[in-house]
Amino acid sequence: MTATPTIGPRQWHRFSVTERIMRSVFYLMALIAIVWSLRSIEIIPEFLYDAPQQTADLFARMWPIDWAWYPKVVHAALLETLHTATLGTILAVVMASLVALLVARNITRSAVLNGIGRFILVATRSVHAMVWALFFVAVFGPGALAGTLAIAVHSIGFTGKFLSEAIEEAKPGPIEALTAAGASPLAILLKGYWPQVKPAFLAIATFRWDINVRESAVLGLVGGGGLGMALDTALSNLYWDQAGLVLFVIFVIVIAVEIVTAWIRGKII
Amino acid sequence: MSDVPLPARTRRDAFPPNWPACIGLTVLALYVLYASTILDITWARFMVGLDQGSRFLSRMFPPNVAPDKLALLYNGMSESLQIAIIATAVGVLLSLPLGLAAARNLAPLPLAWFSRGLIVAFRTFHPVIVAILFVKAVGFGALAGMLALVVASLGFLSKLVAEAVEEMSMKPVEAVRATGASFLSVVVMAVLPQVMARFIGFSAYQLDSNLRNSALVGLVGGGGIGATLFTAFQRFDYDFVLTIVLAIIAVVMVGEIVSGFMRRLFQ
Repeated sequence: MTATPTIGPRQWHRFSVTERIMRSVFYLMALIAIVWSLRSIEIIPEFLYDAPQQTADLFARMWPIDWAWYPKVVHAALLETLHTATLGTILAVVMASLVALLVARNITRSAVLNGIGRFILVATRSVHAMVWALFFVAVFGPGALAGTLAIAVHSIGFTGKFLSEAIEEAKPGPIEALTAAGASPLAILLKGYWPQVKPAFLAIATFRWDINVRESAVLGLVGGGGLGMALDTALSNLYWDQAGLVLFVIFVIVIAVEIVTAWIRGKII
Repeated sequence: MSDVPLPARTRRDAFPPNWPACIGLTVLALYVLYASTILDITWARFMVGLDQGSRFLSRMFPPNVAPDKLALLYNGMSESLQIAIIATAVGVLLSLPLGLAAARNLAPLPLAWFSRGLIVAFRTFHPVIVAILFVKAVGFGALAGMLALVVASLGFLSKLVAEAVEEMSMKPVEAVRATGASFLSVVVMAVLPQVMARFIGFSAYQLDSNLRNSALVGLVGGGGIGATLFTAFQRFDYDFVLTIVLAIIAVVMVGEIVSGFMRRLFQ
């Protein structure tokens, strides 16, 4: 007690000095970024004067919704969107499984191949489905083919990332048992890894399907087919009551899909 | 040795055929065929496309790095960054009150249900669709894109704030209330300390996602790099398209690193 009389009551801090400095630096950087953005962003104030009227006009023109348009165009577009999302997801899952096998370190024991796989995942994920759709529309022409491929390619990154993580988390016990029994690599994959990965696989696939229905509903705006195409037509013709119908259909289908995926997830897990 | 002859099969097959899975796979395969015909996806079209694709790729290489194009790229990209940063900041500021209003353990129930309905509406529509509506409301340009991303951020962040608040411990809240504190004091002293760490994690993720989406809203007139990209596509400047896409990938990757760093800093 008498050896340390000068120290006095100890000061307790929730965070270490480095943490506090780093956080302060971060706050400062965030502030600078926000101030820079606010000062240099170009907003045309003249556009803002009539914004309330424009908004009121928007809703006034949407109402009443043109229900008669549903059987003519929107129903087919809705089916196309659902098929695009589903087919795109199936394609994505098939391709992503192959890439995931390439990325998983416990299956492919080569850092170079792992790296190549990882690059594929990051590159497909970073480019948004709509940008992919622009590409595929340029290559295959407008339509559902471009939309499906855009959905499929963009989903590889997300699906493959989570799949490869699930594969890497698989317990080595069953794998070793199968190897000791002299099983072929395919048998090890199907009987050793697959049962362990299956729940994660199904969960990832349904989750991605949910996202893909949302995405495929807008792909048509750049020529990818489906509801987006109907929306684009309505908007170019300035038929806001038809646009309102498409928006309503998108709202309903997104909520319905969310309920369905929640139900499926409840069944799997 | 074997005086008792074993019956032909004493054990179950180790891997009996899994009929439900087989049927499921067959149905899936049939669906793929059916959907392909519905969507008019044929092998011939695919092959024609591949032929076009190779021409397309050859026109994309090498990426165009002419100074005037780079200036366009820089302008578009900085506008996208500004859109993403402001949208995240505004979204973060507004999502706290909205999230609190949607938490059923703090807000009165009618208000909570109203806020939840609002959040569902915000979350349901893709940012691109919201951007279209804002382009009509406030005209072309960065403001429409920014507002669309604010709505998207609000939908995502408020939902998570509401969930975090509903999961937190009510004991500090009761303690602070017992001292006669005002509602604002309860929020600042009892609620925020419990949800802040998670909230900052979500905000970092949202910044990331706004960066990606800010490249999108431009496609429908919301300003930023998306507008530059769309123009380049329409002018068949495919080599410049490649430059833009590479730049987007680079910015998104840097954004991922920054937001990962932010999450670790505030854990």
